[in-house]
Amino acid sequence: MTEIDPGIYNLIIFVLAIFVGYYVVWSVTPALHTPLMSVTNAISSVIIVGALIATGPAGFSFSKVMGFLAVILASVNIFGGFLVTQRMLGMFKRRG
Amino acid sequence: MTTFAALGYLVAAVCFILALRGLSSPATSQQGNRIGIAGMAIAVLVTLFVLPDPGFGSYLLIVVGIAIGGSIGAVIAQRIPMTAMPQLVAGFHSLVGLAAVFVAAAALYSPEAYGITDPEGRIRGMSLIEMGLGTVIGAVTFTGSVIAFAKLQGLMRSAPILLPSRHVINIAIGAAILLLIILFAATESTVAFWLMTLLAFAIGVLLIIPIGGADMPVVISMLNSYSGWAAAGIGFTLSNPLLIITGALVGSSGAILSYIMCKGMNRSFVNVILGGFGEAAAAAGAIQDRTVKAGSAEDAAFIMKNARNVIIVPGYGMAVAQAQHAVRELMDTLAEEGVDVKFAIHPVAGRMPGHMNVLLAEANVPYDVVHEMEDINNDFQAADVAYVIGANDITNPAAKTDRTSPIYGMPILDVERAKAVFFVKRSMAPGYAGIENELFFKDNTMMLFGDAKKMTEEIVRSME
Repeated sequence: MTEIDPGIYNLIIFVLAIFVGYYVVWSVTPALHTPLMSVTNAISSVIIVGALIATGPAGFSFSKVMGFLAVILASVNIFGGFLVTQRMLGMFKRRG
Repeated sequence: MTTFAALGYLVAAVCFILALRGLSSPATSQQGNRIGIAGMAIAVLVTLFVLPDPGFGSYLLIVVGIAIGGSIGAVIAQRIPMTAMPQLVAGFHSLVGLAAVFVAAAALYSPEAYGITDPEGRIRGMSLIEMGLGTVIGAVTFTGSVIAFAKLQGLMRSAPILLPSRHVINIAIGAAILLLIILFAATESTVAFWLMTLLAFAIGVLLIIPIGGADMPVVISMLNSYSGWAAAGIGFTLSNPLLIITGALVGSSGAILSYIMCKGMNRSFVNVILGGFGEAAAAAGAIQDRTVKAGSAEDAAFIMKNARNVIIVPGYGMAVAQAQHAVRELMDTLAEEGVDVKFAIHPVAGRMPGHMNVLLAEANVPYDVVHEMEDINNDFQAADVAYVIGANDITNPAAKTDRTSPIYGMPILDVERAKAVFFVKRSMAPGYAGIENELFFKDNTMMLFGDAKKMTEEIVRSME
């Protein structure tokens, strides 16, 4: 087990996460498919993690510019996505 | 990455899974969404905490970036009308795609910040392939979503745009991108990186322009999926488990939604993606000279008032006419008369999955009277009235009987089994598939010509 490429662990995580996604998403009620899209949108903006790392180092660089722009874009999505989802979900009410 | 960060990311990933899990019922969904927000906060804070010597300037820059983006996002989320959700989601997808491209570029120019270099300071070959794939998928997501946004927002015609020999062009560009990814992995050339990004931008446009308006539910779901795969691709490049997990969750979510939408139209994914649906039929369809029964709002009001039960079938036209509040009034008025009112939702009604449910919820229609196709289809035979508002192809009985019809085999709502069918429509123009709806010529169908909202309001007024 000493010679396993670290990339393989990423692959294992990836494949298992697809299975988790598959079963969790099939359990979502069709009535909430629009909120499902807006919330997956928000969480896929976790790509902001990569943007933060690029913006982090001191000094000026091309990467820092890219990172800063990506932080803005991802933030629009994170705030917009979660808030609009919350707004939609708040509208779903039972009878009576 | 430190052990601390890895554990933090694990917690965030579990939060995201719980957020999706919460959507299994409207009762648990808001709690789920809050857990999702907490997960995102954890992910961001953990990352900020472990940044290697960032300095005050960098923190300031990050806070400014989040403040700018966050306030734009918050304002949009508050102001967006529910009828515009499809284009909003398309717009948001484009941002994820572009962010993926930017992050990939940042990693290419400063690989040492991400710790993805080998001892000689070069990026590992495998990381370059993953970076290439993540960038290309991100770029396709970006321009594809921009086109989808433009079509949904009415900035460009929603009809298919068919370039001559478009498949040849697409295959050629696809092959060129593949070659560039290989070249990029071998040489770490920035020229190859930008060239393949540009080509991927182009193919994103070319893939979406031939797809027509009513196929947008598939397109949006597909782009949703792509935005996830792009995030996963970047996650592989940066060896970041949180990005990989989240990307896989979102990617499979979008893929499942695409599958449900295709099944709702009885079409293969490939058939939708190749585009051009509805054009041929519209060109070939001869104008038929058959008569229909037209009625007035008063006629409809009289029959509905005396019915025991009414099933309302909404479609995209309800969204266009902003008629959801009028429909809710109709429901209330009928309920006062002692009429049982239910709603029937076809999987592809509207321009995105679940769109009708959100519009009805916005108009305060309780979700327990809103039913999915398979749950309510048997109820039509016992229904006195089916009120079809803004839907067309999804009610066409030809899907069951006419083997030559382009929509043959598509699951439809069995509205023709109701004792009376009221069909609100502006004119006799065919629906998206470009074909005549057999339902119009049935003996028990009465056409109500007019705007969906005005007609519904008139019916309500006639009942009072």
